[in-house]
Amino acid sequence: MKITTEQVEYVALLGRLALTSEEKKKYSAQLDDILKYMDMLAEVPTDDVEPMAGPVKLFTPLREDKVEPSLSVEDALRNAPAVAGSSFRVPKVIE
Amino acid sequence: MALYEYTAGRLAEMLRTKETSSVEITRSVLERIDAVEEKLRCYVTVSPEEAVKMAEEADRRLAAGDGKPLTGIPIAIKDNMCWKGHRTTCASKILHNFHPPYDSTVVRLLKEEGIVILGSANMDEFAMGSSTETSHWGPTRNPWNVEMIPGGSSGGSAAAVAAGEAVVTLGSDTGGSIRLPAAFCGVSGMKPTYGAVSRYGLVAYASSLDQIGPIARDARDIALLLNIICGHDPKDSTSVPRDYPNFSNSLDKPVKGMKIGLPREFFDKLEDPDVNRVMKDARQIYRSLGVSFVDLSLPHLDYALAAYYIIAPSEASSNLARYDGVKYGFRAENFDGMIDMYCRSRAEGFGAEVKRRIMLGTYALSSGYYDAYYLKAAKIRTLITNDFRKAFEECDAILCPTAPSPPFRIGEKMDDPIQMYLTDVFTIPVNMAGLPGMAIPGGFSSDGLPIGIQLVASHFEEARLVQLSSAFQKETDHHLKRPSL
Repeated sequence: MKITTEQVEYVALLGRLALTSEEKKKYSAQLDDILKYMDMLAEVPTDDVEPMAGPVKLFTPLREDKVEPSLSVEDALRNAPAVAGSSFRVPKVIE
Repeated sequence: MALYEYTAGRLAEMLRTKETSSVEITRSVLERIDAVEEKLRCYVTVSPEEAVKMAEEADRRLAAGDGKPLTGIPIAIKDNMCWKGHRTTCASKILHNFHPPYDSTVVRLLKEEGIVILGSANMDEFAMGSSTETSHWGPTRNPWNVEMIPGGSSGGSAAAVAAGEAVVTLGSDTGGSIRLPAAFCGVSGMKPTYGAVSRYGLVAYASSLDQIGPIARDARDIALLLNIICGHDPKDSTSVPRDYPNFSNSLDKPVKGMKIGLPREFFDKLEDPDVNRVMKDARQIYRSLGVSFVDLSLPHLDYALAAYYIIAPSEASSNLARYDGVKYGFRAENFDGMIDMYCRSRAEGFGAEVKRRIMLGTYALSSGYYDAYYLKAAKIRTLITNDFRKAFEECDAILCPTAPSPPFRIGEKMDDPIQMYLTDVFTIPVNMAGLPGMAIPGGFSSDGLPIGIQLVASHFEEARLVQLSSAFQKETDHHLKRPSL
């Protein structure tokens, strides 16, 4: 096995996913299959190859600093599951 | 013939000569939706009243002589394109009630053209899938045989065009999500060059691969839509500032003397007899038009799928971190503290395939595995891109299959992720290199299911794809055939 249940639990926490024990079992097996398939990549020599993040040469586009209307507080909050006044309401973060 | 059966190009002519009105066309399509939608489920949301209002406005514009080429033509957009005030769900429970407070750039462009937006088409959840089965709203069915999948992830967009539930549609393509469903539904679909169409307001899946493109009945309609959506957008920093041609000018250019490349890695693995026959027929047609062929090799093609399924999930795991139940979207009812709220909201809000890709991507990016997986895949991406660059020194375009087989049965590959992923083996390399690719109807399987051929060109050579597909469609009638429903 390339991936253990403990690793699946760790990755699920990093990815902020609460998995059931059934899901943990299923994903361990499936991720294992997928990662085995990925092993073929090791065959390719890549020591002198530059990695590619995307097809477009990125540059920093500059523009004039123009004042334009932005999202109103009302619009920004409209889709929120819980709101308090002009803020997003969340559980207590600091004890 | 009913109005919903015509192409956008033909309807636009009829609007200009006042043979019909946008309201009549829109009502014809809405009636068609009423008649067959229950069977096919192409849409997540249809907004009939608003569509008629947009059609009335289009008719006023046309009467005032203020019409643009596609003013008054009904379109459907994929459910991952933000449309201000209209539910945009990405076919996910986590966005089941999301109403964007702004328009995506493509929606703004459609509105400026005076196009009638019918609603949002079904898709695989967050565009992750090859069959439109992972939608929270249930699968879309293939109009040619409702037991079959329509391809994915833009399955709703492609099936809607095939069934007459929209005249044209927009889809998005990260690893084949426009070309595969277009091929499986017997319609035409193009993924433009990465950077040709703005991604502003497109819900992100894998940002270095995602690209919006048109799905339509023929090359002429594809060109008309490209004319609207291609262009630089300051709101998307990967949008490329350049001049885009009028793509309709390429429709009647002869293809004689052009050189088409046939990469042996695409054909070596081809086992399906129907797909083989269709590819052979396609070569014959191009040969009769005076096109010559050159055998090529893309040596790293075999690694594209594995590299893609590291890169795309890695980007997805980062992009989808925003769904935390705070600013928008679904929040779990019961939780214990902040982290638990995230974990439960995401566990309940995402479907199985999305979770699988978040897990895979998180793993590939996690400490100790980054070099072996993500970095390795990013280097292989360079090699694949170089392979294509060399190939285009020898040819004007590449011809290859869109998918290794005709459409498969609903449920057939749902429990076997690798088999499902292999459906995209011929489309993924094109996204990895950021190239334009187009699928057009090439024929039918012995069971009467559509099979598409794929044309690929060098960066920003969409016009050449329009030229080659238009020439093909003048010689064939596969694109004129419609499913009986």
